Amino acid sequence: MKLNKHGYFYLVWMAIFIAIPLLMVVYFAFTTGDSQSISSFSFSLENFKRFFTPMYLEVLNKSIQLALISTIICLLLGYPVAYIISKEKIQYRNVLILLFVIPMWMNFLLRTYAWLTLLGKNGIINFFITRLGFKPLDLLYNDLAVLLGMVYNFLPFMVLPIFSVLTKMDNSLIEASWDLGANKFKTFMKVTFPLSLPGVISGITMVFIPAVSTFVISSLLGGNKTYLIGNLIEQQFRYTGDWHFGSAMSIILMVFILISMALTSKFDKGKEGDGGGLW
Amino acid sequence: MKTKFTKSILLSLFIVFSIFTISGCSDDRPTINIYNWGDYIDPEVLDIFEEEYNVKVVYDTFATNEDLYVKIKQGGSSYDVIFPSDYMIERMIKENLIQKIDINKIQNIENVDERFMNLDYDPDNQYSVPYMWGTVGIIYNKNLVNRPLTKWADLWDEEFKGEIIMLNSQRDTLAVALKKLHYSMNTRNIDELEEAKNELIKQRPLVYAYQGDEIKDSIISEEAAIGVVWSGDAVAMMRENPNLVYVLPEEGTNLWFDAMVIPKDAKNVELAHEFINFMLRPDIAAKNAEYIGYSSPLPKAIELLSDELKNNKVAYPDFSELENTEIFKDPSDMLQEYDRIWTEIFSSM
Repeated sequence: MKLNKHGYFYLVWMAIFIAIPLLMVVYFAFTTGDSQSISSFSFSLENFKRFFTPMYLEVLNKSIQLALISTIICLLLGYPVAYIISKEKIQYRNVLILLFVIPMWMNFLLRTYAWLTLLGKNGIINFFITRLGFKPLDLLYNDLAVLLGMVYNFLPFMVLPIFSVLTKMDNSLIEASWDLGANKFKTFMKVTFPLSLPGVISGITMVFIPAVSTFVISSLLGGNKTYLIGNLIEQQFRYTGDWHFGSAMSIILMVFILISMALTSKFDKGKEGDGGGLW
Repeated sequence: MKTKFTKSILLSLFIVFSIFTISGCSDDRPTINIYNWGDYIDPEVLDIFEEEYNVKVVYDTFATNEDLYVKIKQGGSSYDVIFPSDYMIERMIKENLIQKIDINKIQNIENVDERFMNLDYDPDNQYSVPYMWGTVGIIYNKNLVNRPLTKWADLWDEEFKGEIIMLNSQRDTLAVALKKLHYSMNTRNIDELEEAKNELIKQRPLVYAYQGDEIKDSIISEEAAIGVVWSGDAVAMMRENPNLVYVLPEEGTNLWFDAMVIPKDAKNVELAHEFINFMLRPDIAAKNAEYIGYSSPLPKAIELLSDELKNNKVAYPDFSELENTEIFKDPSDMLQEYDRIWTEIFSSM
């Protein structure tokens, strides 16, 4: 493999900031010992054994469920949005997608905090509900609030890849379908949707991965009442100080994500579409 | 090709290291690194220190003792002064993470009330100098709660479903459950801890949220009616919302102390001593106590406080009220158990 100067720089960069930290996580996961002296670690599978008990599996199960539901909601909401925007005239289209992206320029934490004032007992939504004469609702600090936070934060990751596939799609294929007598619905099901699958797949991965590993959303909007796998990992690193167990859980999560990515790309077999990714 | 490769590696290493060094020395004044609890100092005090001693203060904050411990234990971040609590000081002494303080350099130590010296966590005050102290109690909004609350068991009352905020801190929240059961909060008896766990699982459906510093906002803005808080936070919250009441529960509670210590790997030990001495100056201690609402262990500083705070029974209770309290002890060998219990509470459906 021949690399130019920038290529080597990139390689070093990746080694320092991706490969080495990853190797350290693997190393920590398969060892135990006092975290102060790396040399005194001893090989152990104890951390993994500890994870595969009902207590931790229950947490993993819950994280996956929430992430799956939020991914499905994002897809159901995101696809029509991307479709509608992509069918707009080009000058409107860019403005619309920009409007969609602008909120992402604000800090993620700040946007999540904003929901606290919207959903709270004395929040804006409940203010209107009580004004209309209804009883205030419990909107904050439950699984629904966590789900809402996930959908809200990760929806653009679903819309953008689908949008970019749809805009690059060859319009003559759709025209051909019409010419051959297919109606709008049939054209969408037989032509547009199959061709946009690469975008859908990358949208699904890009929503599912951050959703399954989040700890901020469940902590802020879930009031720390339900732990997700991300919270467990955070707890090991920040409070308990057991980096070994924390690393082991990270590895398990990583393996899990890899498996789910492999599964999703199976649905995408043979359609190595271009422009499916965000970048 | 080979030389080119080495060159580019050197170049990238150079860039990485220059980023580190540039960010380190933009100011030629001596630097002191301080690591304190969030919301736990009057920021003006740092400016005064910078000015009087012509130094630069780098100030970071943490949220729990465990946070602080992990950071210090892992090394790599050399702080000169940190502010752990009683049991954490005990643990850090045991694990050799902090160094002895040269008491001759801290003349202002004579300002500290005898009662706060030579406590169990550091018997001869060789390692630590008191900063603030306080209790843990229940704060509630008398307009939203139909009866006075007096005990921890009240937090298990179905009537208050969705109104209770507990602390998102393993030790403090377990201590509440243990005290409710009339056990010691320093218990090493697994059965007692298991019982406390079951109490917390039972309580979970009633709890609105488990929070850290956000608890202050939630209670002040009347999002929830009842919370478990530290006395100093209670003082600050009651200033903002006059409907709040703070009580020390009947079953007894936690009495705690936060102190200033110098980590083993501190870079500027000399300046650290000067900073600690400075913090014990009555005018400075009073400024901090007034600003954050926590209780100062310096009688001379208390004299300088506003009448309102000086006579505040939450911040400065009669010592007779504090008989039914316990000070946390280092639970090092129980940590795994604590962690397991905590996870079990939150993974139960």
